[in-house]
Amino acid sequence: MASIFRTLADLWSLVVGLGITGKEFCKPGVTVHYPRAEVTPEAAASFRGPIELIGLDKDPAKPKCIACMLCVSACPSNCIAVTRAPTPKPTPEELKAMAEAEARGEKPKKPAPPKAPGTWTYDFSLCSLCGSCVEVCPVDSIGFSHDIYMVGTRREDFVFDQLARLARKAAARKAEPKKAAPEAASAPAPAPETAATPASEA
Amino acid sequence: MNATISFDSVLHVVLALVGVAVFVGLNGLLLVYAERKVAGFIQRRPGPYEVGPQGILQAVADALKLIGKQLVRPDRADPLLFWMAPVLAFFPVLLLFLPIPFSPLLTGWDVNLGLLLILAFAGFNVLALLLAGWGSNNKYGLLGAARAVAQSVAYEIPLLLAVLAIAFQEGTLSLSAIVGGQGGMPWQWNIAVQPLAFLIFFVSALGETNRAPFDLPEAESELTAGFHTEYSGMGFGMFFLAEYANMIVACSVCTVLFLGGWKGPFLDGAWWFLAKVYGLLLTMMWFRWTYPRVRFDQLLNLNWRWLLPLGVLNLLATAFVMKL
Amino acid sequence: MHSTETLRSHGTACPATSADGGCTDDQIAGDGYTCRFEQGARPESLILNMGPQHPSTHGVLRVLLELDGEYIVRAEPVLGYLHRMHEKMAEVKTPAQFMPNMGRVDYLHALAWNWAYVGAVEKLAGIEIPERAEYLRVITCELNRISSHLLWWGAYLLDLGAFTPIMYAFDDREMLLDLLQLMTGSRLTYSSFRFGGVYTDAGPAFVQGVRQFIPHLRSRLPMYTALVTENIILRRRIEEVGVIPQDMVTRYGASGPVARGSGIAYDVRRAEPYSVYDRFDYEIPVRHEECSMARYMVRMAEIEQSLRIIEQAIESLPEGEHMHPKAPKPSFKLPAGESYFAVEGARGKIGVWIASDGGKTPYRVKLRAPGFSNLALFAECARGTLLADAVAILGSLDMVIPEIDR
Repeated sequence: MASIFRTLADLWSLVVGLGITGKEFCKPGVTVHYPRAEVTPEAAASFRGPIELIGLDKDPAKPKCIACMLCVSACPSNCIAVTRAPTPKPTPEELKAMAEAEARGEKPKKPAPPKAPGTWTYDFSLCSLCGSCVEVCPVDSIGFSHDIYMVGTRREDFVFDQLARLARKAAARKAEPKKAAPEAASAPAPAPETAATPASEA
Repeated sequence: MNATISFDSVLHVVLALVGVAVFVGLNGLLLVYAERKVAGFIQRRPGPYEVGPQGILQAVADALKLIGKQLVRPDRADPLLFWMAPVLAFFPVLLLFLPIPFSPLLTGWDVNLGLLLILAFAGFNVLALLLAGWGSNNKYGLLGAARAVAQSVAYEIPLLLAVLAIAFQEGTLSLSAIVGGQGGMPWQWNIAVQPLAFLIFFVSALGETNRAPFDLPEAESELTAGFHTEYSGMGFGMFFLAEYANMIVACSVCTVLFLGGWKGPFLDGAWWFLAKVYGLLLTMMWFRWTYPRVRFDQLLNLNWRWLLPLGVLNLLATAFVMKL
Repeated sequence: MHSTETLRSHGTACPATSADGGCTDDQIAGDGYTCRFEQGARPESLILNMGPQHPSTHGVLRVLLELDGEYIVRAEPVLGYLHRMHEKMAEVKTPAQFMPNMGRVDYLHALAWNWAYVGAVEKLAGIEIPERAEYLRVITCELNRISSHLLWWGAYLLDLGAFTPIMYAFDDREMLLDLLQLMTGSRLTYSSFRFGGVYTDAGPAFVQGVRQFIPHLRSRLPMYTALVTENIILRRRIEEVGVIPQDMVTRYGASGPVARGSGIAYDVRRAEPYSVYDRFDYEIPVRHEECSMARYMVRMAEIEQSLRIIEQAIESLPEGEHMHPKAPKPSFKLPAGESYFAVEGARGKIGVWIASDGGKTPYRVKLRAPGFSNLALFAECARGTLLADAVAILGSLDMVIPEIDR
């Protein structure tokens, strides 16, 4: 007799299960329909996307980078390649000064290479987003972007020329307020730059 | 029934077969869509959403994809058996629809042994699954086929016992007559008199049609895809269609036997029949998306230890009451 | 040179064994494993190759089975399909450069591996950790443990044929990932712990989010119990299936929920307390049934206990630095010597042993993956069970193949 009651109680658990799925059936879905709805910029703000250069405060198109190469050596997967900007050709005055110095038997004072990168390429396909470069940068010139919808069809799509990218972003940011100002009255504020930047612009 | 076969009756059957084929095809699409939507809603997802409004054309797109795909036969599979299996799975199912009375006027072939015809032809499904598993030269397929045979043979018995109880009670094997013996109101249906038989029938029908939680022949987490592991394109499509057609047949018979067929509280007609069938189909889907799968020995234990004795007892009780 | 010729003949026909009927054409012929896996004494047994692509081997585990009907006569797990040489990589990279690898050994409980490596390096180099960082490590690691258990729960039920629970689990796990993203910047392969602290400090958004998440998950757990744990089909599927006696646990060195499901109350957090775990009040769930259900119940109870730890830690989160001011630069050199650090991962005892000769990179690093030992007992445990039981046992061991192969 007891076993029959136990069996009935066991079978009741099946009804309880149906009740739960039935209840969930009536609740609204939780899916974010991607192309029609996107993750909010606030939610993406903490996401570590591909790294990007950070511009100088006074000239956002130029990076803070001093080409110290610390990030290149810290990177575990060799995805950063930086070269220094070429040393400028000595001006005639400098050449003259150098020649004079040599004539005097002193060591000629050559112009120092500028503390800025010449090229700054980044291969996102190798990057593991560990943040070592961000941490090690002495002048805070590297940061994570928040491009969470980045796509590409070729490997080369993920090799970024970061200097060009920075310049493009700075130009876009400059153009934005001008363009947005007349529309501001009617249209809502433009979406924050992080979400609005399509991946392909890199 | 008249023994002479007139031209009219043959034409009627042929027309009914064509109608059934269309019905099964369209219902296959509809049920695939419904199944995926039900699954989606239960899991708080949208389900198919992109093809057509609310994804309504998704099933059509999938069907076109299946038709367009290459038919691949594994090297060393038996070509005859391999290709015969999906055909054998699908075409006998069409015959099963013939005696089902959708409404008094909408009956393919009102034969007085309709119930027997359905039970007899339903046996073909086992053969098809066996051939598919055996013919595809795949070990998972073989295991799936072995499971399918043991399961179908076992679950046919309580199914028959439940059907017999109704047949005893109504004194006929004609489906129309069984519906005729029931009233329109839910308490006049056979389910009110024979709730145990209904339960046994429904559980056995789940087992017969290989639906979760009894979907062991194709248990994907154990046997990858069971008997249809090696089938691609329409070979798989036929099995798929046959599975849904079998579900419709099982639910239709259940409606006829227990839920008053085309009869309803008002306005008797095919719509009542379809509404009841779809209600049962949705319940089957609800089960599938709620429960884990049972183990094979448990499946057989459930059958031999519970359904079979209960079915026999139910039958004896019915006979006893009828005798009184 | 015999290489290509023998390989080819070996690969197709298995000449060594086909003569005595061991490995005939009908049997899966192929690599060396298959050829050595000869048919046993039973003439009518079937050799079945489960995996490396199989729905319930979770990744690329391969199990060779000898079946008698559906009963398993022999089972042999075959590893190595996902071997990525993490230990070798540790020898050629500086400790800081190796850190991202630790998020990829066990992607479900990445922070525990983060912690094991960071802990070993800190122990060897004598690096101090601020108290706030310790608390943040505890909180994120426990959140990560919950997300691992939730995913296991869903995937295990998928193995057992229930499709819906994984979606409910992912719904909750999504909130966890949002929280962990705030702290670590990623959603799966975290690389967040640093020598001497953690990568980011916890802001008010994180603290607030964790406070809200704890009651949310607690309100969901009864639903999980009613839908799944009490379901009779599930209980019949996993109760008394896959019995692992204590003696087997100790012989194979299994740990984590596998050991605790067999009545061995071993948890590194309690047995060898590290960090600030000794300050919290929590229980180590232990079951004595030794079956798959026991391991299931241990994990479900662990979710609740982790919530308890997080609750206490977030309330007593001290102010201060998240990185020690004297934390070393990424280019620091490990002093010569050895150190071993063990933490409790979601799957068991995770240990990292580092030997350094004082050079830029460690001389040798050994990673002790709990899944490896846990899987090792599968062969013995699965013998004599049904094929469906083997799937239930395999799932109850909670394997993460990348961790096993490393």
